[in-house]
Amino acid sequence: MAREQQHDYDDIPGTFVFDAERSREGFGINMFCMSLMKDENRKAFKANEAEYLKKFKLTPEQTDAVLKRDYNRMLELGGNIYFTAKLGATDGHSFQHLAAVMTGSTQQDYAEMMLKGGRNVEGNRSRTGKNTPSKYMSSAPAKKAAAKPKVKAKSKSAAKTKAKAKVGKSKPKSKKRK
Amino acid sequence: MAKIIAGIGSSHVPAIGAALDNGKTEEPYWKRVFSGFEKSQEWMRETKPDVAIVVYNDHASAFSVEMIPTFALGCAAEFPPADEGWGPRPVPVAKGHPALASHIAQSCILDEFDLTICNKMEIDHGMTVPMNLLFGKIDKNGHWPCPVIPLAVNVVMYPPPTGHRCYMLGKAIKKAVESYPDDLKVVIFGTGGLSHQISGPRAGLINSKWDKAFLDNLSKDPQKLVKIPHIEYMREAGAEGIEMVMWLIMRGALDDKVDEVYRFYTVPASNTAVGHIILENKAKKSVGKRKPAAKHKRAAARAKVDRIRS
Repeated sequence: MAREQQHDYDDIPGTFVFDAERSREGFGINMFCMSLMKDENRKAFKANEAEYLKKFKLTPEQTDAVLKRDYNRMLELGGNIYFTAKLGATDGHSFQHLAAVMTGSTQQDYAEMMLKGGRNVEGNRSRTGKNTPSKYMSSAPAKKAAAKPKVKAKSKSAAKTKAKAKVGKSKPKSKKRK
Repeated sequence: MAKIIAGIGSSHVPAIGAALDNGKTEEPYWKRVFSGFEKSQEWMRETKPDVAIVVYNDHASAFSVEMIPTFALGCAAEFPPADEGWGPRPVPVAKGHPALASHIAQSCILDEFDLTICNKMEIDHGMTVPMNLLFGKIDKNGHWPCPVIPLAVNVVMYPPPTGHRCYMLGKAIKKAVESYPDDLKVVIFGTGGLSHQISGPRAGLINSKWDKAFLDNLSKDPQKLVKIPHIEYMREAGAEGIEMVMWLIMRGALDDKVDEVYRFYTVPASNTAVGHIILENKAKKSVGKRKPAAKHKRAAARAKVDRIRS
């Protein structure tokens, strides 16, 4: 379905922003997914999917996407991920399964990518080559750059964890209430 | 008078709640996440707030696509956990603070923030996960340590409120709290984020550099964050990373200068970068210690109002 209007965020690759237009078009898909919160509806849907979907006035493309479990197409046609995830749950799938389907990878590869720090933003910012990092990504005050030591490079371990605590170093302050 | 003494930023990844509910907290993967909140729970036990305002977003639980309020304030006496499709989370029903909540609603609306008022509302993992991370695991028959006031923000349908709008709402909430007559120690949570995308072929996106800069600026230079347009959040921090605007409500409700007392960051929890920060108002230590004469109180209130206006 062609978009009625082009937006700056349509330039972000691999992303279907759930905006007012998609919200309007996808109302049926999302209300269908919302209905799956109830067990009796899940059973009715599973018993006859096509028949159950008729209640929600989906377009033929939307019905097709739901029946085929084409999650990207559902998003493109106005589904929202928090809603379509309920369809995945009805099928007994974990969210990671859906993520793997949407990204065209195996669940294991997807899980591994996440453990290694996730999908890198480099090269994934723009369809049209706007790949320069955001100017908002710096924490150094404009006037006195280089005042802070550089952040340490990524640790070698799979997961990066950093905690900085000043709590507990000082004695608990007296906390008179009222 | 009531006073906001500290702000807490925390991710609200649903898998964290599932790990907690299914007894997986000791597994190395989850231990890495939960251990980052041990100090915070200690801080919370010492701080003993009287009320917590929790800024969060609903994930197709209490609100579907039938009604999408931009800002919805929970004024009910209690907030049961929502059934998100797997039965409600085994956490206690959260008690509200209807008197303070409706005072905030009235004050903010007259300050031109047209909040939706919810007198009946269920809360989902967006709210209960950060509460667990800061208050610890509590049996569903037990009690959360303090009443809460939920503030649900639409970050599901584009466009969410701008960062600037969120920050200014925070200021209006601060003003509202400070004009409440009872002495109450209030904390405010900003939840969601940090970088993550869970939809479409780009799902799995994480941007630690962005997240770190966000936390740094949140602490030291929030004015910089207030200017970030939505496209930048979505490009850099993922389509769902735009939730980070909710942290700016929390930041706006604090003083301009704050002490960062704790920070934690880890990747990943499920599909998300987990970020956490505790910011204290410098004036926190004096809360409740002095009882200024009524005259001084009024003068102080006037000065506050002027500061907000300027």
